[in-house]
Amino acid sequence: MNGSSMTMKTTHRSTAFPHRHLLGIEGLQPPHINYLLDLADEAVEVSRQVEKQKAVLRGRTQINLFFEASTRTQSSFELAGKRLGADVMNMSVSTSSVKKGETLIDTAATLNAMRPDLLVVRHHAAGAVHLLARKVGCAVVNAGDGPHEHPTQALLDALTIRRHKGTLGGLTVAICGDIRHSRVARSNIILLSNMGARVRVIAPSTLLPSGIHSMGVEVFTDMREGLKGCDIVMMLRLQRERMSGAFVPSVREYFRYHGLDSEKLSYANPDALVMHPGPMNRGVEISAEVADGPQSLIREQVEMGVAIRMAVLEALAQNLPDTP
Amino acid sequence: MNKNVKPLVLTNARVIDPANSMDEAGAVIVQDGTILAAGADALNQGAPDGAQIIDCNGAVVAPGLIDIGVSVGEPGAEHRETLESASRAAAVGGVTTILTSPNTDPVIDDPALVDFMLRRARDTALVNVHPMAALTKGLAGKDMSELGLLKEAGAIAFSNDRLPITNSSVLVRLLTYARDFDALVVHQAQDKDLAGSGVMNAGLRASWLGLGGIPREAEFVAIERDMRLVAMAKGKYHARLISCPQSAQAIQRAKNDGLNVTAGISINHLTLNENDIGPYRTFHKMSPPLRTEDDRQAMVAALADGTIDIIMSDHNPQDVETKRHPFAEAEDGALGLETMLGAGMRLVLNEDISLSKLLATMTCNPADRLGLPAGRLSKGAPADLIVFDPQKPWIVEKDKIRSRSKNTPYEDETLTGRVLTTIVAGGILDHDAI
Repeated sequence: MNGSSMTMKTTHRSTAFPHRHLLGIEGLQPPHINYLLDLADEAVEVSRQVEKQKAVLRGRTQINLFFEASTRTQSSFELAGKRLGADVMNMSVSTSSVKKGETLIDTAATLNAMRPDLLVVRHHAAGAVHLLARKVGCAVVNAGDGPHEHPTQALLDALTIRRHKGTLGGLTVAICGDIRHSRVARSNIILLSNMGARVRVIAPSTLLPSGIHSMGVEVFTDMREGLKGCDIVMMLRLQRERMSGAFVPSVREYFRYHGLDSEKLSYANPDALVMHPGPMNRGVEISAEVADGPQSLIREQVEMGVAIRMAVLEALAQNLPDTP
Repeated sequence: MNKNVKPLVLTNARVIDPANSMDEAGAVIVQDGTILAAGADALNQGAPDGAQIIDCNGAVVAPGLIDIGVSVGEPGAEHRETLESASRAAAVGGVTTILTSPNTDPVIDDPALVDFMLRRARDTALVNVHPMAALTKGLAGKDMSELGLLKEAGAIAFSNDRLPITNSSVLVRLLTYARDFDALVVHQAQDKDLAGSGVMNAGLRASWLGLGGIPREAEFVAIERDMRLVAMAKGKYHARLISCPQSAQAIQRAKNDGLNVTAGISINHLTLNENDIGPYRTFHKMSPPLRTEDDRQAMVAALADGTIDIIMSDHNPQDVETKRHPFAEAEDGALGLETMLGAGMRLVLNEDISLSKLLATMTCNPADRLGLPAGRLSKGAPADLIVFDPQKPWIVEKDKIRSRSKNTPYEDETLTGRVLTTIVAGGILDHDAI
């Protein structure tokens, strides 16, 4: 390694969750995922009490390092850390020295010197979080790296589904929309397939990544066809810059063929549930009627987000060294 | 449309129906706007009661022509051509279905405009009209247009007219996106930089005339690129107009590789060459340019061997305002609707191709590519027919041109093969009254 002090530390890893970092869903075995979901179920209970505090992270320092703005994810991680008793600091790109030309490695070295225990990182470039994880001594959580992975989103989706359907195995889940540019889609495809769900992707061909047919999913370009028999419909956000001719011609055409409205939703199973990682574009990928309707779990996903992040932080904290 | 209520029987005819490999003496029976029977056995059951009988005196009866390359001035340049005037030109030329180019003002890139074209055609046109819509917004070659909504509105195919899409990423995404709607992408391949400011075929002739040349490479380099992109996107592609043998070879290779590709050509590029430009005749200025006689012959051969699937008129009305300029400054384009069949007959009379083959490239081939039921004499097909005398000579007289513009490259020339009667949806269009 690079000879930094961290390699000398002795760590005793929990057998339930034997990972130092959470960089992606890739590499997590079903028992590890179930362990996190179980922990998160407990965290939901904690969060629903008046006294929303546990002490498992007391004395620990958590830094949320966001190179890409994300109010929702950042506040979710902040709240999760605080509910577990950690000292939480937020660093966003606008206030960091990245703007002054500091490289990612320099930033890592600087942060490392502050001796954090947990580092939560969001970055616009795929692989940036992996790079950072190799250069710091603390546990690293990927809060989204470019179009690569967003593991806590996939976990919170899994938690939400499991709490409603009891299990993930055997469910048919459709992930719809901009699969090509979505880290949420990648993490969910891996997680859901590993847990025994049947995964479908539905998108215009221009929004499918190459090689999608070899990702172990069923591919559809027609929404009605793809939604038939689905238990879960996951919508993805379409970025504004992609909706005016580059990947799809217009918002109205996208909504017409790929926006989830009640007519299209009627092709899914009657008890199908609708999810969206947020923030939503009502009238682009989802109609207001469906987003706010009885089949929507979108609000609940936000609550589960805090719980799953508490679970992840707690699981990683168990593997932190006891001695400095 | 002037629909005949009475059934119609065309007897004593040479019935040619390339879709069904038919070329035989016989009759065609039309009832309720569709074909009831065609061929030697058509009258075995006798003529329907009260049918109007037309004795064709041995003339050819064939499916009406389908022309997939027609510029109309409507909307925006009605002084050059309207749907009504273009449809009259089509009718006398034996063209019963036209595909309009989206190169109007405004460009047909919005579902409401497709609807406008269909309604105007319904109210004013004598023949069937299917609008093509723009591949990219404003034909600018940048942002893809609403292929799904446009197709739902009635756009039959998508074209960027004569304007090439130079950005490969845009074209590959279009081909990919079009796949979801089974939409046909019609593209004029040209490398804009290689074409530069050229105005005719590059070579000796252009050099002596002192005109900038457009090399063949400007076309076939782009065609070869397009074939790679079609393979990448698994798209459905029609090369709008190819003009040189290297392009035909690239198309042939792509077909051999199983790509969903067809190729078209204009009648001009099969019957004229760069020498016809003579002393700077602007009616012979076209895009892509007329090539050499060797190129022309190679294209005829590519038509004969099936590499080229579809002949279009590339009808492009231009008036003195746009044509009466020094050659380099004049607009491209020539009329074609009224002369497509007569000019095509030159190839038949020269024994380059059979009459049946010529008709296939103007009837069932475009129909099959577009998914149209017309272009054939099968039972139940729309009764769009022509009766024509393949031996009858006629002179292309400016005063008799039905088009509002007069820019024919065949002015005062004699063509052999004249359409006598045109029938659309079972209704006879009287040429003298058009």
